[in-house]
Amino acid sequence: MSLNASEIQRIANLARLELTPDQSERMLTQINSFFEIVEQMRAVDTSGIEPLAHPVAVMQDIALRLRDDIASEPNQREANQQSAPAIERGLFLVPKVIE
Amino acid sequence: MTALHDLSVAALAAELRAKRVSAVETAQHFLARAAHHTALLGAPAEGASNGAFVALNEEATLAQARAADARLAAGTAGRLEGVPIAHKDIFVTRDFPTTAGSKMLRNYRSPFDATVVARLASEGMVTLGKLNCDEFAMGSGNENSAWSAVRNPWDASRIPGGSSGGSAAAVAARLTPAATGTDTGGSIRQPASFCGITGIKPTYGRASRYGMIAYASSLDQAGPMARSAEDCALLLSALCGPDPDRDSTSLDVPAEDFSRDLQRPIQGLRIGIPAEFFGEGLAADVRGPIEAALQALVDQGAVRVPLHLPRTELAIPVYYILAPAEASSNLSRFDGVKFGHRTPNPADLIDMYKKTRAEGFGDEVKRRIMIGTYVLSHGYYDAYYLQAQKIRRMIASDFQQAFTQCDVIAGPVTPTVAWKIGEKSDDPVANYLADIFTLPASLAGLPGLSLPCGLGAGGMPVGLQLIGNYLNEARLLNVAHQYQTATDWHTRQPGATA
Amino acid sequence: MSAKLVQGYEVVIGFETHAQLSTQSKIFSRAPTAFGAEPNTQACAVDLALPGTLPVMNQGAVERAIALGLAVGAHVAERSVFARKNYFYPDLPKGYQISQFEIPVVQGGAVEFYLGDEKKTVRLVRAHLEEDAGKSLHEDFIGQSGIDLNRAGTPLLEIVTEPDIRSSEEAVAYAKELHKIVTWIGICDGNMQEGSFRCDANVSVRKPGQPLGTRREIKNLNSFKFMQQAIDFEVRWQIDQIEDGHAIQQATVLFDPDTGETRAMRTKEDAADYRYFPDPDLPPLVIGRDWVERVKSQMSELPRVMAARFVSDYGLPDYDATTLTQSKAMAAYFEAVAQACQQPKLASNWLMGEVSRRLNAGEGSIEACPVSAAQLAALLSRIADGTISNNAGKQVFDALWKGEGEVDALIEAKGLKQMNDSHALEKIIDEVLAANADNVAQYKAGKEKAFNALVGQVMKASKGKANPQQVNEALKAKLAG
Repeated sequence: MSLNASEIQRIANLARLELTPDQSERMLTQINSFFEIVEQMRAVDTSGIEPLAHPVAVMQDIALRLRDDIASEPNQREANQQSAPAIERGLFLVPKVIE
Repeated sequence: MTALHDLSVAALAAELRAKRVSAVETAQHFLARAAHHTALLGAPAEGASNGAFVALNEEATLAQARAADARLAAGTAGRLEGVPIAHKDIFVTRDFPTTAGSKMLRNYRSPFDATVVARLASEGMVTLGKLNCDEFAMGSGNENSAWSAVRNPWDASRIPGGSSGGSAAAVAARLTPAATGTDTGGSIRQPASFCGITGIKPTYGRASRYGMIAYASSLDQAGPMARSAEDCALLLSALCGPDPDRDSTSLDVPAEDFSRDLQRPIQGLRIGIPAEFFGEGLAADVRGPIEAALQALVDQGAVRVPLHLPRTELAIPVYYILAPAEASSNLSRFDGVKFGHRTPNPADLIDMYKKTRAEGFGDEVKRRIMIGTYVLSHGYYDAYYLQAQKIRRMIASDFQQAFTQCDVIAGPVTPTVAWKIGEKSDDPVANYLADIFTLPASLAGLPGLSLPCGLGAGGMPVGLQLIGNYLNEARLLNVAHQYQTATDWHTRQPGATA
Repeated sequence: MSAKLVQGYEVVIGFETHAQLSTQSKIFSRAPTAFGAEPNTQACAVDLALPGTLPVMNQGAVERAIALGLAVGAHVAERSVFARKNYFYPDLPKGYQISQFEIPVVQGGAVEFYLGDEKKTVRLVRAHLEEDAGKSLHEDFIGQSGIDLNRAGTPLLEIVTEPDIRSSEEAVAYAKELHKIVTWIGICDGNMQEGSFRCDANVSVRKPGQPLGTRREIKNLNSFKFMQQAIDFEVRWQIDQIEDGHAIQQATVLFDPDTGETRAMRTKEDAADYRYFPDPDLPPLVIGRDWVERVKSQMSELPRVMAARFVSDYGLPDYDATTLTQSKAMAAYFEAVAQACQQPKLASNWLMGEVSRRLNAGEGSIEACPVSAAQLAALLSRIADGTISNNAGKQVFDALWKGEGEVDALIEAKGLKQMNDSHALEKIIDEVLAANADNVAQYKAGKEKAFNALVGQVMKASKGKANPQQVNEALKAKLAG
């Protein structure tokens, strides 16, 4: 399979990446050459195989660890916002959100 | 006495405990050495002294050193008190900026230290600075850093490997006795191999991922990089251990003393040799030293067990589907809202997102975000992501099959020695293919170690890879140490750095 | 289900309700969840998605999900999976929401309730755990929005129904019942003004027998009143569109209480492709049966079960039982009174009558009732044993409400005791008979009405304290004699 220019645009939009026309062009070529080596993977018969999401599940049964419901984080707004691009009265400022 | 920078972590720790040298003197020595070797590892980035270090903070370093001396004096010293270390710039740190090699995080300051950084500090280690790496740990040559390219101390025209390239180069050039690295698809083992040092990636979940900027969450693991297996064992013992309050994927296995088996003889050790690691693609100048190393282990009483890892080649597409998929989601938080780069005067919200991310991310990161977004997008998930996860299980099962026949698996880390800077930079797929021998263990979550075992073309180091079963790090370090007691490749030093 | 038609169309409604779980800390971080703090003072590094942070699951949130599963008779999954829902929005710090997609924690179940006297059942598809987003504030930031992430990471249970609802009235009744359940079992404070209980209604219309029409989702209905208005408007709007020959486009709409209209949202339209995948930061959520049993054993009696018990134990009519189990407090108050005075039906009448009237007048709930259950029980006992009449009881209740004293003292002070002294009564009767010879004559002539007049006169003369029963008997005796 191979992608076309409009798919590159659709994905770039989903990923919120602005691509110049020549960047899209290069991206298209590189991604398609990558998908050539993916073909062999698609051909593998995986019927009956359970997907592996967490590698150590092969070694042991894994279950989500749960913590007690205790609120212990102090207010660290200043430290947490020290690298923020735009702040006013403790709020992160962004271009207007239109609903 | 030998120069401080020629001492191993173990020796340096002993000197400090014996108070033959102070932590402050040690820190000053290494800071001066880093400054002296300015150009050696590439052009300095802003606030850095050379291509390997991207951030230094002499004040903070010396403050840590003074605290270490105080603890040494008070007899409350940690196991590695006063020993310097430098951290890959993918670990967040309070005292130093953290950039992950990306414009996106230029001058970013974390309000907390990564768990791994904190654990090493609690053993008394003193942080020299932050080390260059491929942007968000995506790359195999350190050419994807937004800052300067790092040069290989063995040949300045060559790459040091990646993504932990700065870590490998700094240790090889003896600018630091030890460094942290992270390994997602080979990012500790491959640069260790290219720079002639020793590095180990533990079992997935051994080291906390908290404070390690995520690239591919189900693959990322932290590990130590130093000159010997003995040093790596000391460092690994310090940085591993459960982190139940911060990382849901950290294993519930207590920290271990990974040095405990170092002296154990390897008589009767069954070394699995996967045929797929010795095929066409393996360069002759790498094959030679690897075969010699295997022979050396046999001479020490080990036995060779030929076996197969039939899906080795599939590891490449599987990894380059799964890792970008996770990365595309992990990197969504870099949107110009809460921290990091934001484009000046965006037209509107969408424009802010798109320009911010276009300006902040480099080409390789963009490529992987695009691939990852695509394989997760509607209608493709099953064919790519799910299929890759299924083959991932098959690959992991192949290893379990193999470990019924052997104790460790051995082979090359890479098909070739370090290539020239720029040689593959506009051919991403060529870079991907070069990861073939490190990806399988990463996908299975198995521990993997790289140790120097000879020199190939152009006098460039060659690394031997040892892969162990889950939680068998101590065995890998034992085998590596036994090899290093019988050989001296790990003591070889790049000429330019004397 | 009997579908009542609107202009020949059948209304089809499905609900998605976001109930904020009443935990101390966030679902994946240790930051507090309290409402109304200064902007971003309750958003920790994890909530802000600072580089290097990771989620760690809150046991309290899981426990509440289990409780809901038990309350609606659903299956609590032994193993459920957290997934990432990817989209960009300023109030979504990670660029993805951690939710559950393919395998939710609560599966199936149903909510039963009365619409008038018709019993309705709405089937649930699922309820899954997820994290809330932050808030965008649009006021006074010239051309910009301010983002407050205090709410980000607050645990939510999203409760999804089948499209079983057939009218706006039924929709509101369902929402009220669900609201009752989550507050009753204490997993959600139910505060709709603060957004603790938010409903999205998926509305479509169709001609009977036709396949489902295209639905539009009305978001964030945070009052029962608006809920009905919004759905009624949306239904009319959709019917008009179809009647005018326009097809309905799937859309997300908001209800504007000022105009009483719904309008399509402009954002998130292109975010339709959420690229769900299992969150690699979170292993599967495993819930042992022993844990489910523990939660069950700790759960208080559910409203439906309690109502049934009121019918069997206290002999109350269904209507009384359902009304008294609208809130836990009311039910508890009733039981206290009924057991203290052994007059369940009388207690029920008073609670649904006098007490409710007073409470509603003052917008107060039973918790705020100034008359204690013990006091009301004492009062009802006095009515039951004939010490005072029901009407006199209302005077005593009024005094109790005003805090003027205790029951018996008040009866004394107000002289409300019924006259049980037969001599005094006979004396009054003699006087009345003497004074009303004509009525006596008429009665003897067979005019029943005259008798009632005499009774009235006696009651009047006794200033209402005479016991009507006694008066009747005594009068008959005299007149016969």
